[in-house]
Amino acid sequence: MNVLNFVHAFLSDSSHWHGYDGIPTRVGEHLHYTLQALAIAAAIALPVGLVTGHTVRGGNVLALVATAGRALPSFGLLVLLFIWIGFGLLPVMIPLVALAVPPILVTTFEAIRSVDPSPVDAARGMGMSETRVLFQVEIPVALPLILSGLLTAAIQIVSTATIAAYVSLGGLGRYIIDGLYQKNYEKVVGGATLVAGMALATLAVFWLVSRLTVSPGVRRSS
Amino acid sequence: MIRIDAVTKRYPDGTVAVDGLSLEIPDRAITVLVGPSGCGKTTTLRMINRMVEPSEGSILLDGQDIRQQPVNTLRRSMGYVIQNAGLFQHRTILDNIATVPRLLGWSKQKARARAAELMERVGLDTSLAKRYPYQLSGGQQQRVGVARALAADPPVLLMDEPFSAVDPVVRKGLQDELLRIQDELGKTIVFVTHDIDEAVKLGTMVAVLRTGGRLAQFAPPAELLSVPADPFVEDFLGADRGIRRLSFFPSTELELHTAPVVAIDAGTEKLASGGEAAPCLLVTDTDGKPLGWGAPDDLAAGAIDRDRLLPFGRPFVPGKDSLRTALDGAVLSPTGWAVAVDEEGRAVGVVSQQMIGEAIRAAHAEGRPDAKAAR
Repeated sequence: MNVLNFVHAFLSDSSHWHGYDGIPTRVGEHLHYTLQALAIAAAIALPVGLVTGHTVRGGNVLALVATAGRALPSFGLLVLLFIWIGFGLLPVMIPLVALAVPPILVTTFEAIRSVDPSPVDAARGMGMSETRVLFQVEIPVALPLILSGLLTAAIQIVSTATIAAYVSLGGLGRYIIDGLYQKNYEKVVGGATLVAGMALATLAVFWLVSRLTVSPGVRRSS
Repeated sequence: MIRIDAVTKRYPDGTVAVDGLSLEIPDRAITVLVGPSGCGKTTTLRMINRMVEPSEGSILLDGQDIRQQPVNTLRRSMGYVIQNAGLFQHRTILDNIATVPRLLGWSKQKARARAAELMERVGLDTSLAKRYPYQLSGGQQQRVGVARALAADPPVLLMDEPFSAVDPVVRKGLQDELLRIQDELGKTIVFVTHDIDEAVKLGTMVAVLRTGGRLAQFAPPAELLSVPADPFVEDFLGADRGIRRLSFFPSTELELHTAPVVAIDAGTEKLASGGEAAPCLLVTDTDGKPLGWGAPDDLAAGAIDRDRLLPFGRPFVPGKDSLRTALDGAVLSPTGWAVAVDEEGRAVGVVSQQMIGEAIRAAHAEGRPDAKAAR
């Protein structure tokens, strides 16, 4: 049994490249789940992390929430919510968001809190409002760390979004679950490879974003 | 004028950082707040731009309570320089300096033009404009900090131990630069330091604070050195305040002897005759620059051996340097004589420790030292 043969066979089969179960459709669905979960998680965790990091208040509560969030088993939560809420995207989104919030929240808080206090003091002393201090001084300096929190969350979502297939939704998990059920290992390995490929693509996207948004002054001095 | 009126800062835990402090800070002069750590000097400074709010008392700026205008308007009207500069590492040098003008709503172009102008004013090469702070040395960063504080041309400049994190050579350069800029711009500067030498060098007025945040003495530096108010101030000034006070007396009154100064190519006759005024002769090169001291007999005996000349210590420039520098030169020289040179370094005469001593006694008898001689 050769994994590479499976991958090759799976990817070179032209029937796998179109239709509702084709690779483009499944990748599109997976991307959709990932982006949606990441957007919701960021919308929750970024503001909270930024504000708590700026005011240096609520660090203990934050650590508690983060630990609790990390301890939640995504799959268990999915099954529970599926039974509770029923069919739909919601039971999938909740575990994915719960998975992604802690790394974004904790890194953002730490990133802002650990910004060198002297430029912050200088900024206030020169008459910057608190909002300006946060957006013009703290965030630009903390950006590499904030992005790394988002990256961790994104990669976790990409790999965990496969569970959507358990509740009859799409995504790359479809290949893995169907393949296991049909004892079609070519499909299982092919699906897993695509998930890994997406994780690598995520890494590349974040590297590019960081090149474009982080100031050379910050990139080189940290 | 900034008037600090019976200001007290008490923290919730009961510590008193500043205790009933009153000070009148003169316009267009450098006022130095100096004292040991925990004397409340930084707290006092930070109360002027409301980074710290006083528990009691008030601070008036040109007769108006500083709490009457919005806090950020007040801060934008006061330059603020801190230790380690506190530059924004994500912004270029030019954009760092342009910060306050941009806050005041200037266009990017106008703010940057102003920033470039200030780089020159503080002695920074404009080729550094597009660099980032990490590419600059500590001294250069501190210059950027000063330029940034001056960018919107505020009447008041608050400086919190700005030069204490750089090495002594760079610090001296920055201090001289600050005095030069102050001569040109005439800002009202409040300067915090723990270094009494820096306070004496820079201050037009010096406020010595004692632990617990109370004022020990508020006086011009020369007066501080000659009449310390109490044992605490005396102790804080250190053991050599008498010597340091000499910085305030000019060396112009010293009578220079020119007879013992001989050029290396002078004839034997001249070499033999010079020795009446001084026990040794100062040998100069053909340009008149001092080489060292030689005994008249040795010199008269024949050719001058440059390697056998005695060192002449550090020369002083009459009129520019103070009696302190002259005395230092005399003490350093093994002959006990100090060498006076002109701006180009050519010897213009020599003077003995004894003669400097007489000049010191005369200056003390005359009373008030010349404040300008310190620089």
